[in-house]
Amino acid sequence: MTRCGAAILIVLLLAAGLAPLILPPPDALDLAARFAAPSPEHLLGTDELGRDLAARLLHGGRISLTVAVATAVLAALIGTAIGMVAGYHGGVADALLMRLTDGVMALPLLPLLIVLAAADPVKLGVPAAAMDSEGFAIGRLVVIIACVGWTTVARLVRASTLSVRARDYVRAAVAMGASPGRIMLCHILPNIASPVVVATTLSVGNIILIESALSFLGLGIRPPLASWGNMLTGAMDVVWSTPALAVWPGAAIFLTVTAFNLLGDGLQRALNPRGDWAETAH
Amino acid sequence: MGMISAGAARLLQSLAVLLVMSFVVYGLMGLMPGDPIDLMIAGDPHLTAADAVRLKLLYGLDRPWTERWLRWLLQVLHGELGYSRLYARPVLAAMLPAMLNTATLMAASLVVTLAVALPLGIAASLRPGSLLDGAVNLLAFASVSLPVFWLGLMLIVVFAVTLAWLPAGGMAEATAGGAGVLAHLVLPVGALALAGIGQYARHMRAAMMAEAGHDYIRTAKAKGCSPWRVVLGHQLRNALIPITTIVALEVGGLFSGALITETVFAWPGMGRLIYDSVMGNDFNLALSGLLLATAVTLLGSILADLAYWRLDPRVRRRS
Repeated sequence: MTRCGAAILIVLLLAAGLAPLILPPPDALDLAARFAAPSPEHLLGTDELGRDLAARLLHGGRISLTVAVATAVLAALIGTAIGMVAGYHGGVADALLMRLTDGVMALPLLPLLIVLAAADPVKLGVPAAAMDSEGFAIGRLVVIIACVGWTTVARLVRASTLSVRARDYVRAAVAMGASPGRIMLCHILPNIASPVVVATTLSVGNIILIESALSFLGLGIRPPLASWGNMLTGAMDVVWSTPALAVWPGAAIFLTVTAFNLLGDGLQRALNPRGDWAETAH
Repeated sequence: MGMISAGAARLLQSLAVLLVMSFVVYGLMGLMPGDPIDLMIAGDPHLTAADAVRLKLLYGLDRPWTERWLRWLLQVLHGELGYSRLYARPVLAAMLPAMLNTATLMAASLVVTLAVALPLGIAASLRPGSLLDGAVNLLAFASVSLPVFWLGLMLIVVFAVTLAWLPAGGMAEATAGGAGVLAHLVLPVGALALAGIGQYARHMRAAMMAEAGHDYIRTAKAKGCSPWRVVLGHQLRNALIPITTIVALEVGGLFSGALITETVFAWPGMGRLIYDSVMGNDFNLALSGLLLATAVTLLGSILADLAYWRLDPRVRRRS
């Protein structure tokens, strides 16, 4: 099953990478050929503006995957930093950071993300000209989702740090006068890396779902940039005349999220055969 | 006694989270595109620049937002949630029908989900490794990977567009009576239930399996209880304790799911209200709506603790 997940992802990445070479550009309008049926020219047909559906699907996939992987990594970095400081220092720092983590976990995810995503970057000092670029659209979403997505990793890392902190090699490093920063980076981090890698992989699928929901609501990746979520918004408007348009983007989301979950489960089984990290289970 | 002080601590902690949330959201609202005074000017061509200044002073918009937040908080503590610009009525009056609609949707989907998932989970736990067990596992795995809004769209494609059996969205007018309301509920409830059944069935199976090896089950069998009585009267009663906790904890998740499902099916509930008010720059309504969503989520986790304490005498004795 793990290989299955990995295979799906490799095929997807290859297709997304090769798409610009074989398929028509994702933004090319052809109003004469709106809602075209699948043909050798347009493998999956065209959408409401005559754009090639297959090209948009793969282009959207590239964006969705970039957002999801970048967010998962950023959230893991934040969570690792917070969890390690809390677990290593204990005391007041631990109490404060863990209350913060509990507080963020207790918040309703989607309403909070809607408020975060609705904020106007111009009011934060971002030049208006930079806002239309693809990089900015992706970066904005990555930051927003990572802001609320770090809690699972933080708790996991704190628990792992607590158990590693008491080991002899850490105490030996302390006795030799290593600084807390050095102990955390050189002695603790390498020993808690596996659960973090598993939790990060498992979180990618979830982030794809969140990103697509936000884009579906018009708050994530905005048209004309394609993403699976906003392709479904477009499809919903024409669901009565062309219901087939709604099938592909959702199927792509489902397939990709399943692939990441299979991969994460497989990694967990490989890296943690005893199954003793309770908190990584989703 | 221990329970009461623990409960009070939880309650205080939740209130603190609410307070911080209101502060953060208030700050974030200031970052939304547009400005309430600009919107008023855009809405009424007779307003002059002098009026704008006067209005700004009247609403205290010349003050820093931290001070405005404090004033807003004092108002709320006096039970005054303010006026919704978008709906042109007091916030509470705008929220009540939406709250009722969302509660209907959530309750109906929870009932349907549990009514299907619990028997499925029990059946799977009685025959581990069977075809049914595999199917439950597969369903649970598939449902965590499925975007609920796409599921909703597919239900619309099949049952509203292709078969034309059910309405695609909206909510029946009051005049349509019970059958109309029910017809409009089927698809959104179906989408939410389909997304939740797999997970709950897997939880139920796990809870039943955890109880299966205990001594009291063997005792019950030894004294000659019928297999059904052992499963339903002894094993299930204990296995339901963690399930109750999970249901209470999932209230927040259900709310988020309901939010996006409401958008797909044009269901006039809290999700749509929060979305519209955030998008439409309706400060008062958005703040109250978001805080209500947070309060419901926090209440769910307190209820989870309370239920656990109430249902499991061992927890009670320890505290």
